[in-house]
Amino acid sequence: MAQHKINYLSEAGLPVALTTVDKLVQWGRSNSLWPMTYGLACCAIEMMATGASRYDFDRFGTIFRASPRQSDVLIIAGTLTKKHAPFLRRLYDQMTEPKWVISMGSCANTGGMFNTYATVQGADRVIPVDIYLPGCAPRPETLQYALMLLQKKIRKESASRKLKPKRLV
Amino acid sequence: MQKVNRLQPFFENLVFERDDNTMIVNFGPQHPSAHGQLRLILELDGEMVTKAVPDIGYLHRGMEKMAENMIYNEFLPTTDRMDYIAASSNNYGFAHAVETLLGLEIPRRAQTIRMMLLELNRITSHLFWLATHALDVGAMTIFLYAFREREYAMDLIEDYCGARLTHSSVRIGGVPLDLPEHWITKLSKFLDKLPDDIADYEGLIDQNRIWKMRLEDVGIITPQMAQSWGCSGPMLRGSGIAWDIRKEEPYELYDEVEFDVPVSDTCDSYGRYKLHMEEMRQSIKIIRQVIPMYYDSEPEILAHAPQYISAPKEQIMTQNYSLMQHFVLVTQGMRPPVGEVYVPTESPKGELGFYINSQGGAYPYRLKLRAPSFWHTSILQELLPGHYLADVVTIIGNSNIVFGEIDR
Amino acid sequence: MMRKYVDKKNVQKKPYYTNRFWVAPQIPKEDVLSDEIFANDVAKLKTKFDIKEAYIQRGQLIVYIDANQNVEVLAYLRDELEYNFLSELSAVDWLDKKGEFEIFYQMLSTSKRKRARVKFFIKEKEQIRTVSTIYKSADWGEREMYDMFGVIITGHHYMKRILMPEDWFGHPLRKTYPLHGDEEASWYEIDKIFGKEYRDVIGPENRDSSRVDENDTYNFSRIHHEVPFGEKHSEDIVKTDYQEDGGIFMVKSLKKSDSKILKERP
Repeated sequence: MAQHKINYLSEAGLPVALTTVDKLVQWGRSNSLWPMTYGLACCAIEMMATGASRYDFDRFGTIFRASPRQSDVLIIAGTLTKKHAPFLRRLYDQMTEPKWVISMGSCANTGGMFNTYATVQGADRVIPVDIYLPGCAPRPETLQYALMLLQKKIRKESASRKLKPKRLV
Repeated sequence: MQKVNRLQPFFENLVFERDDNTMIVNFGPQHPSAHGQLRLILELDGEMVTKAVPDIGYLHRGMEKMAENMIYNEFLPTTDRMDYIAASSNNYGFAHAVETLLGLEIPRRAQTIRMMLLELNRITSHLFWLATHALDVGAMTIFLYAFREREYAMDLIEDYCGARLTHSSVRIGGVPLDLPEHWITKLSKFLDKLPDDIADYEGLIDQNRIWKMRLEDVGIITPQMAQSWGCSGPMLRGSGIAWDIRKEEPYELYDEVEFDVPVSDTCDSYGRYKLHMEEMRQSIKIIRQVIPMYYDSEPEILAHAPQYISAPKEQIMTQNYSLMQHFVLVTQGMRPPVGEVYVPTESPKGELGFYINSQGGAYPYRLKLRAPSFWHTSILQELLPGHYLADVVTIIGNSNIVFGEIDR
Repeated sequence: MMRKYVDKKNVQKKPYYTNRFWVAPQIPKEDVLSDEIFANDVAKLKTKFDIKEAYIQRGQLIVYIDANQNVEVLAYLRDELEYNFLSELSAVDWLDKKGEFEIFYQMLSTSKRKRARVKFFIKEKEQIRTVSTIYKSADWGEREMYDMFGVIITGHHYMKRILMPEDWFGHPLRKTYPLHGDEEASWYEIDKIFGKEYRDVIGPENRDSSRVDENDTYNFSRIHHEVPFGEKHSEDIVKTDYQEDGGIFMVKSLKKSDSKILKERP
């Protein structure tokens, strides 16, 4: 029988990391954020470029999912029109908790340059938004930075938190 | 957190138990392979589509209304958001339409720069088309490769105008800037590499069994259909009609360069795929011929028409009268003559036309955007019946539709 | 107090200053006879139909016809005169000035390499016959015309709105329709999703996109000025990075000194 020299305290430390369940869960959540392929307009092209070869979104643990049931993050990439708004709300409702929303680009933030009859003046009139991302269209680096900020935000939250009241029902 | 709102449960997605034994499937408006916000209501008999009703307008932002409330120069950045994959071609289409309205003569250097940008945009657009189309059909590798080359092309455009996606790289009357230093060298380097890359893509999918099975004899558009539905661009040339506005009604310097207009007689998706690949090669050929023309031209980049076009920047900064005139043009806008024009250009998607009705005011009285994708989407209602459900994705991807310009 | 009367016939934006003595020049209208092909076409059309006016402007033929003959003229153009494409059709709103719509069909002949524009005027409530039987491309073009202007087309197989939602009120491209939409339009998505009773909860649209409410820390958290949720905003700069100081378990943190910047693409 082989004799193992086990002395964790003096050799390499315990093979155990001590943490709280909270931190562990949120660490897991923040590093496997699955956004939904919710491309509406021009920003969707930049969102695709972020996922493609040069910018490589996958290294953040983000894998684009086509179904709202499987996704955690909704990236509103593009202009939200009044005709489309009910569909956005419907998709948001279908996503399971916990869920986060990144509003990508000026159009989704405030209606942007399309200050017209057909455009919703800010996606936050319809669903609550976590991160507003400026630019028209934002560069892929900006989207990556927004995602990193979202990860940080998630790590700060408590896993079993009572959901904070957001403005919209 | 999830409270009930007004939206009813969405049961329209699938409708069973109809008398005629068909099934209604709702496709979109947020489907990953709908290339935007296309909603298709498909009636299926088994897996065969018997009726297709496309529903558009989910990206209608009211651009034509915006144009009526804006001065001409103000509207130019809005055209970026039409066909956002090749933004410069829209900028050019609009600028060219206004120039025709004004009857302006464009300096030769501006024309060469515009042509380089237009063809570069055609390449990026076709690369993007190939990437997304292949991704829809199931080829992931092509997506990653084609996006890599597209990024290189976008670097070039970014070097010129500072934006990746929304270029605004053309001004009414010329171009805003001369080419930066070493730009041509970088461009030549890109052009030298691109034919090998195109050969790579073709090597991957040209003889690929899955690619061929999914594209050959799918989405056949007969020449009669193409004419009746108002197809243009690759969709028209894919049906055997050699009509390229660059060749037939040349604008800029297209009558001075030599290039072929590829035509496919097979009328199917595979033929259109080959055609897109050939068009990229022709674009390379055109840019190569334009480069010496650029060096031969005088360094003037904006047309001289003080009534309509601001003077060059150096002049505005140094001369009082130019500054005043620039101020008037920016605050009040130019006032073109009374009349109307319809100016078509060959964008990567097809015939991009601008109808401008001017009543002599600073704002256009009516501006109609003739976007090729709009008509290419309307053909879906005749094209889809008779195909399997899986082919729907192929046809949508193949027809190269972009929703920014369909809904405008 | 009386509200100031504003004419609603044309609510488009107007330039704030126009020189009173300025007369806009005209784009020259050339005679049809100056182009051989067009002269021939117009001569043939005149034998069959009532042509009101015809001229060439910027290289394209413009023909004014009678509104009742639109289908016949287009069929003749396609079958006899080889205009095989209907590339565009739409309307121009002249209700304010003349009480009419101007309808135009933009035609293209690939064999003759010529473009022509067929036009006519109709009254506001007048209906026109569909040309989608001649050119199928008119199918959606006419639907768009109905959607945007409210021009009613008879004989069309599916005369419904195309760009705007089915339950939309008004026709946006009319000059009487404001750019920012009417009352109905501004509450459209709220009414549809939450119901009318939520109008007060959500509040009116903010049409000024440059407006930022710094004190609103419920909805916004300004980068580098972050405060806890709902507390008063502060101008103190909080230096934050995308990662916490101690780093994150198993996630590599980037040190800016480690990164290499390439001068040229490899």
